[in-house]
Amino acid sequence: MNGIMTTTSVLSRHDLNDHYSARLGIKRMYHRVASGLYSIGVPDRQSPVFVTANYSLSFDAVRTSLKDMGAYILVLDTKGINVWCAAGKRTFSTDELVNRIELTGLKQVVDHRELVLPQLGAPGISAHEVRRRTGFKVEYGPVRASDIKEYMRTRKATEEMRSVRFPLKDRAVLIPVELKNYLLPIVAIPLILYLIGGWLPMLLAVAAALGGIVLFPLLLPFLPTKDFSSKGLILGLLLSLPFVAYLLMDHGMTWTSVLSAVAYALALSAAVAYIALNFTGATPWTSRTGVKKEIFRYIPAMAFMFFGGIAIVVAINAALYFGVV
Amino acid sequence: MEAGIPIIQLDGRPPVGEGSIINTLMFFPGRCVNCGMCLEVCPHRVFAPGVRRVKMVRSERCMECGACQLNCPANAIQVDSGVGCAMAMIKAALKGNKEVTCGEDCCD
Repeated sequence: MNGIMTTTSVLSRHDLNDHYSARLGIKRMYHRVASGLYSIGVPDRQSPVFVTANYSLSFDAVRTSLKDMGAYILVLDTKGINVWCAAGKRTFSTDELVNRIELTGLKQVVDHRELVLPQLGAPGISAHEVRRRTGFKVEYGPVRASDIKEYMRTRKATEEMRSVRFPLKDRAVLIPVELKNYLLPIVAIPLILYLIGGWLPMLLAVAAALGGIVLFPLLLPFLPTKDFSSKGLILGLLLSLPFVAYLLMDHGMTWTSVLSAVAYALALSAAVAYIALNFTGATPWTSRTGVKKEIFRYIPAMAFMFFGGIAIVVAINAALYFGVV
Repeated sequence: MEAGIPIIQLDGRPPVGEGSIINTLMFFPGRCVNCGMCLEVCPHRVFAPGVRRVKMVRSERCMECGACQLNCPANAIQVDSGVGCAMAMIKAALKGNKEVTCGEDCCD
């Protein structure tokens, strides 16, 4: 197979629609481009070869960064997964790269023996192994495709280009996908709670969902403490303050209202903390060892708080119903 | 996920490694050939350049992606690589799988 496909650095309407649906988590596994060798601009036999994944957002990030450049893009078959995740999963791998070089006949297309890989592909690729098996020297370019142009000018990545960041924009863009993933519980739980207990428990569930899914990613670096669970507990506690205030002001300082307030705070904090803990995998910092420790350290406490809170509310209502108080 | 590569004994002596207690990253400076690959691939700048060998300067920042180990031609770095995702671990525990990573089997 030696067909070189062509592409451009311009995104079409169709590409943009594909990006929107990817960002909304629609047809999640189908944002793919065909794997193989692409030419962009008017490349010659000395033109650089950039390697990427066959996730459309990855491919598009690379090609839109190659404006006015003649180059080749070697797209690996990563099953529609981005470079970093695919490298962690070993689909963006030494074997796949070696195979793709063979399948596309890359050696007949260019005279040089150099490949520019995204730095975040490195967890799946062994550069010296690729060189031994194919003769191609692997060069790790910058983390972000937007730095490719500058990198190609100097052939040197700055510390800045080599570092992973997680700015507000990158955190915010995840919110629609997260909302979509939690869609059923977000709709069903408040509805059920409304039918059982009225609008107050319903609002509590809405606060838990919005707090964990929307506010937590946005506020992540501003929440004190280091681990995600305690950050979530703090955010949940803050969100429970209006409920506590309402209960105490509306019902007075009776022991049922105080206990209810405690129960609400416990359950809400635990729920937000749990969603927060589940956000670890979406961030570029957490290690498996750290997350494992966090799970063992915090999940029992979260369960205790959450179910303890529910038990208190049930007990109070049972007591009220049977006229004990 | 597979464990790190086994420690190879050089000259019959156990290698001297540096590490941190909060993750599985281990650096064996005695083996370092100062090629600088770890400096390139690490997304969290755990290593810093040195005169004869690199220095491990921020091991606590390691997220165990495994890039440095895989790209070290001298076997001077060892890390039990994996994905730091609670959702995947909890899902795997509930399903009884060994480990789930990103993709079709997760986040859907």
